[in-house]
Amino acid sequence: MLSIQNLHAEVDGQPILKGLTLEVKPGEVHAIMGPNGSGKSTLSNVLAGRDEYTVTQGSVTFRGEDLLDKAPEERAQAGVFLAFQYPVEIPGVGNSYFLKTAVNKKRAAEGKEELDAKGFLKLLKEKMALLEMDAKFKSRDLNVGFSGGEKKKNEVLQLTMLDPALAILDETDSGLDIDALRIVSKGVNSLRDKEHSFIVVTHYQRLLDHIEPDFVHVLKDGRIVKSGDKSLALELEAQGYAGIADAA
Amino acid sequence: MSSATVDEVVSKKYEFGFFTDIDADEAPPGLSEDIIRFISAKKKEPQWLLDYRLKAYRHWLTLEEPRWPKVDYPQIDYQDVIYYSAPKRPEDAPKSLDEVDPKLLETYEKLGIPLHERAALAGIAVDAVFDSVSVATTFKETLKEAGVIFCSFSEAVQDHPELVQKYLGSVVPHTDNFFAALNAAVFTDGSFCWIPAGVRCPMELSTYFRINAAKTGQFERTLIVAEEGAYVSYLEGCTAPQRDENQLHAAVVEIVCQKNAEVKYSTVQNWYPGDENGKGGIYNFVTKRGACRGDNAKISWTQVETGSAITWKYPSVILQGDNSVGEFYSVAVTSNMQQADTGTKMLHLGKNTSSTIVSKGISAMRGQQSYRGLVKVNKGAEGARNYTQCDSLLIGDRCGAHTFPYIEVKNPTAQIEHEASTSKVSEDQVFYLRQRGLSEEDAVSLIVNGFCKEVFRQLPMEFAVEAQALLAVSLEGAVG
Ligand SMILES: Nc1ncnc2c1ncn2[C@@H]1O[C@H](COP(=O)(O)OP(=O)(O)OP(=O)(O)O)[C@@H](O)[C@H]1O
Ligand SMILES: [Mg+2]
Repeated sequence: MLSIQNLHAEVDGQPILKGLTLEVKPGEVHAIMGPNGSGKSTLSNVLAGRDEYTVTQGSVTFRGEDLLDKAPEERAQAGVFLAFQYPVEIPGVGNSYFLKTAVNKKRAAEGKEELDAKGFLKLLKEKMALLEMDAKFKSRDLNVGFSGGEKKKNEVLQLTMLDPALAILDETDSGLDIDALRIVSKGVNSLRDKEHSFIVVTHYQRLLDHIEPDFVHVLKDGRIVKSGDKSLALELEAQGYAGIADAA
Repeated sequence: MSSATVDEVVSKKYEFGFFTDIDADEAPPGLSEDIIRFISAKKKEPQWLLDYRLKAYRHWLTLEEPRWPKVDYPQIDYQDVIYYSAPKRPEDAPKSLDEVDPKLLETYEKLGIPLHERAALAGIAVDAVFDSVSVATTFKETLKEAGVIFCSFSEAVQDHPELVQKYLGSVVPHTDNFFAALNAAVFTDGSFCWIPAGVRCPMELSTYFRINAAKTGQFERTLIVAEEGAYVSYLEGCTAPQRDENQLHAAVVEIVCQKNAEVKYSTVQNWYPGDENGKGGIYNFVTKRGACRGDNAKISWTQVETGSAITWKYPSVILQGDNSVGEFYSVAVTSNMQQADTGTKMLHLGKNTSSTIVSKGISAMRGQQSYRGLVKVNKGAEGARNYTQCDSLLIGDRCGAHTFPYIEVKNPTAQIEHEASTSKVSEDQVFYLRQRGLSEEDAVSLIVNGFCKEVFRQLPMEFAVEAQALLAVSLEGAVG
């Protein structure tokens, strides 16, 4: 699905990722943990194609194609979704109008017919029910005035609506209350199958109680310094990052 | 003045002095009483109208072109302008869409203009192409049954001279300003609309207008009268790009709104803005004003301004009747080298009058835009209220937005509220939308349309959709 080889990236001339290698197969869930500033969001943004990040070395292929070659919207249409650590507000743009636009862009890229209003609303209703979201979020402006937790929930709503092959969740759990965490995880898990892959960036074990990862990686100073199964997360929870030897 | 220049002026005058060729299709360049007589004779106008034109002309001679707007353009030589040319003959028009510039057709497509209207907009003689004549006839029938008069200004002068004489210049007098005086002297055509008392105009006066009157003149004159309790929604212009050989445009629109009447006037202006360097664009100097003459009268201006090299335009409302309401909703886009100085005037005279101003300015590339608004509350206007919201959106960092709000309040009971904001289309917003599969241009246009939502909501439905598309087309190339 996704193959990252020796990835180096910098922002404003400052190297952040320094030789990151990661292999994600279809159906796998990879958790990425690591101290603040270690480069987790940088990795997410590089994969999504943000302009400010320059890749200086290495390669990324997604479903056999060079990902770094593509514009952000092409990556999205090809099935890469990023749930942002800080979702932005867009005044005057209705949440459901935006979602419909996005869903139909993706469908068009896949050669599918556009969803009509009825088909779209049915899908939206179903996903909002799954995420226990109030109907009023349909008509509100995109993320405008949403609480921190509501914004994160709205990211997951978009995720479930767009149904991407690869979802990158950048600290989607931060800011969620206990119930919301459970609900959001339910939304994510609803997509899990042999086809869908996930990269879950988090600081806390509690998310991984709900979304069970196949692999856990520790990112430190722009490199993956340790990988393991879900027990690694428990280990980290107990010992912190200090105990992790620089194995790379 | 040097004697050489005096000679020049005199000789020019002399040159025109003998211009009496009433059969000519076109007047020679320049403005004089003879030219005005020529125009009036061409149009077989009654004496009172010729007198009105001459009075306006003589007044115009005493005026100076205004220099206070924040727009920059080379000095206009008014003696170099052609003030009359006969309407194009149908045989000169393109015969089919095959003869029309493909680029123009492509834009129609992008704007989502219905197929059957494209031919008419492209200037193809309508009756030669499709059966809109019957459509137009049906419209005419419907309006006639309701007692509504809707025709060209010239027709109105011939068929309803008493109405024209009663209302012409009653809201925008010929002495109002330089461009209004010029228009009063030389206007060639425009529209006339009269809604009788108690009648709700049975249709939006838009589709009809688009098909049949897309060709606006250089000096257009519009007069709309809503008698007591009448209602009309009127739509001027269209989203399709409009070109014109004439660079100078000075239109006047007057609205008279009697007791309990309501006029909704929507404009979409898409005159040629010139190339990236601003070359060849239209100068658009417009005077638009409505008068709420009676109690509970209401006038709403909604405008979407995307074209012209220079825009100078302040649709205004005189709130005379008690409880009368004035509204101004505006979206103005300046991109490339476009300059716009636009806004509104709300003059509160009657008691409990209220006005709302929502102005959305978008600047991109090297576009420059100023909002200029006046809210004036006279002594007698007990309980007057105004709400003004004035937002600017910048795309890129070479454009500019300026705000000049003027507030004059002479009655202590007035409530005036003013909000203003300036924001930028942020990289974060664009990236967020691109991550969801929208192209950069789609992302910007979604953000811009969101910014304009409150104004687009005021437009007739099918037009709102076109206006959104128009914004996207206007901002093409403004990002990246
Ligand atoms: N525009 C920038 N200019 C300079 N440094 C930057 C810029 N953007 C990010 N960085 C730096 O890159 C490093 C990695 O940031 P990143 O956001 O990827 O960290 P993170 O692992 O996601 O941290 P957190 O857990 O706090 O979210 C940080 O030290 C950050 O300050
Ligand atoms: Mg981060």
